[in-house]
Amino acid sequence: MTTVITTAPADGGALRWTLSDSWVVARRDLLHWVRNPSVIIASVAFPAMFVLLFGFVFGSAIVVPGGGDYREFLMPGMFAQAMVNGAAATVATVAADKARGVTDRFRSMPMAPAAPVIGRSVADVVNSVLDLVVLVGLGLLVGWRAHGGVAGALTAVGLLLLLRFAMIWVGIWLGLVVSQEAAGLAWAPLFPLTMIANTFVHPSQLPGWLGPLADWNPISATVTAVRELFGNIGPVAAQASWAERNAMLLAVAWPLVIVAVFLPLAVRRYRRAAA
Amino acid sequence: MADAVLTEGLGKGFRGKRALDGLDLAVAEGSVLGLLGPNGAGKTTAVRVLTTLLRPDTGRAEVAGHDIVREPAAVRRAVGLTGQHTTVDDILTGRENLVMWGRLYHLPARAAARRADELLEQFGLTDAADRRAKTYSGGMRRRLDVASSLVLAPRVFFLDEPTTGLDPRNRGEVWAALRGLVAGGTTVVLTTQYLDEADQLADRIAVLDGGRKVAEGTPSELKSRIGGDRVDVLVRDAADLPAAADLLARAASGPVEVDAALRRLSAPVRDRVSALTGVVRALDDAGLPVEDIGLRRPTLDEVFLHLTGKQAAPATTEEIGVPA
Ligand SMILES: Nc1ncnc2c1ncn2[C@@H]1O[C@H](COP(=O)(O)OP(=O)(O)OP(=O)(O)O)[C@@H](O)[C@H]1O
Ligand SMILES: [Mg+2]
Repeated sequence: MTTVITTAPADGGALRWTLSDSWVVARRDLLHWVRNPSVIIASVAFPAMFVLLFGFVFGSAIVVPGGGDYREFLMPGMFAQAMVNGAAATVATVAADKARGVTDRFRSMPMAPAAPVIGRSVADVVNSVLDLVVLVGLGLLVGWRAHGGVAGALTAVGLLLLLRFAMIWVGIWLGLVVSQEAAGLAWAPLFPLTMIANTFVHPSQLPGWLGPLADWNPISATVTAVRELFGNIGPVAAQASWAERNAMLLAVAWPLVIVAVFLPLAVRRYRRAAA
Repeated sequence: MADAVLTEGLGKGFRGKRALDGLDLAVAEGSVLGLLGPNGAGKTTAVRVLTTLLRPDTGRAEVAGHDIVREPAAVRRAVGLTGQHTTVDDILTGRENLVMWGRLYHLPARAAARRADELLEQFGLTDAADRRAKTYSGGMRRRLDVASSLVLAPRVFFLDEPTTGLDPRNRGEVWAALRGLVAGGTTVVLTTQYLDEADQLADRIAVLDGGRKVAEGTPSELKSRIGGDRVDVLVRDAADLPAAADLLARAASGPVEVDAALRRLSAPVRDRVSALTGVVRALDDAGLPVEDIGLRRPTLDEVFLHLTGKQAAPATTEEIGVPA
């Protein structure tokens, strides 16, 4: 047997190891993603299909309240939908790690306890930036434009990533809770969540009780705020609902609430995974 | 000598089902304990509790002198774990896998790379080091998995069925690595379904059933309880079974088992070679045609059945002298 290092290196403070261990895990998650192009293609193909389907097939039958081009109206919805649906990939990878015993192995190590979940969230944020870049390119191709200036556009991107960041924690928690088989179905509850919103049509155009539901959907807040920031819609009407008039506030508040609930849940669940 | 692992009345239930039911273990420092038991005996649960992955419901345990519930961080610094399922990352190369674990053990980048090279060499993976683990055979993956737990020599190393599914050569490599670790002072707790694995490696064996320990001793103590080797006889004609069983009983050191459907007899013997030649000669003298005859080690099933005092389960097996 060759030389064996028997003493663990000295502890260098909890924060340092949390950062360093999180980066090691994030790097691994990113390598997975870079070396597995099919995942990238799948994560981009789905929203692209929606853009084409709604932008060109169904879109001609949809009227934008206050007039305006439907594809201009649609793209912010597509951005937000991609951010939310990204959680399905998070659920799948987290559940796969759990099933393969990787999660257990991490937990048996003297590494920073929060590193695996933090690393995962970092990798997924990087991942979603690429999703956004591709979607923005696609939007430009189909005639969508950002009219709101650089500051507005950057704020819009920030709000979208904030929503994605919040959904990552929902995804990590779900991935730890459900079995690997069930994780493959994670898109099922996410799908209606992105549909019963203002993604495709204005809530006032939805039937009966769906309207208020869509109004208060966290996704709607982000979509409205992003539409305003990109200058894709006119000013919000004075008779619009409270949620719509305060979309900017809600687009920040909703994700923070989601993080406040699901981050502790995910970390707690991780610490006693499968117990 | 101090105990590296000590458990007292350890219990863990899953929705009312007792996976561990008052387990008492004491593993001396620097020794190897084999945890033997059939599927569902509680082996994995025991390992998970002792590596702080599960909290026990009852009882207490110390690993490397630290209480597993009150000082989990200290326990994690002292233990290594190779789980029942390999944690090898398919997308990464063998080297990248080892470097990643090295970094997570907080080795500096250079030290992690150097240690990875040493482990690749030691486990015969140098040639495959830069291939993705996806392309590895089952044995290579398992070796990589074990190697990744040895980045730092743990004080107490838990392995859950480390060689299940490996061919004899690969199994030998894993065993050799474990022997090297033990020589360096590491305590090893390994679960296995293979008697010969426990036999090869373990100083002591604890047999688990239904979440409790049903027997414990050195391998030779346990084997002598079941009576060592067995002679199997396969007769050509089922009608000869009773006569052949009578002859076999004379050389046997325990009851003769008869499997009528397979036309097979089996009995424990004490003096291997003379028992075998005696049985062959007796069958020949009596003119009973046999298709096969041989000496073999007891299987885990037999040890287990013997130790738990349970009768052989299959309906086709009955003991001579007890009418079916
Ligand atoms: N997470 C869990 N939830 C519910 N039941 C469980 C869980 N883990 C184990 N069990 C049950 O506890 C018992 C002991 O399981 P354990 O995995 O410890 O057995 P084992 O000896 O490792 O078996 P094997 O040889 O099949 O690996 C089994 O009946 C199993 O079904
Ligand atoms: Mg097991």
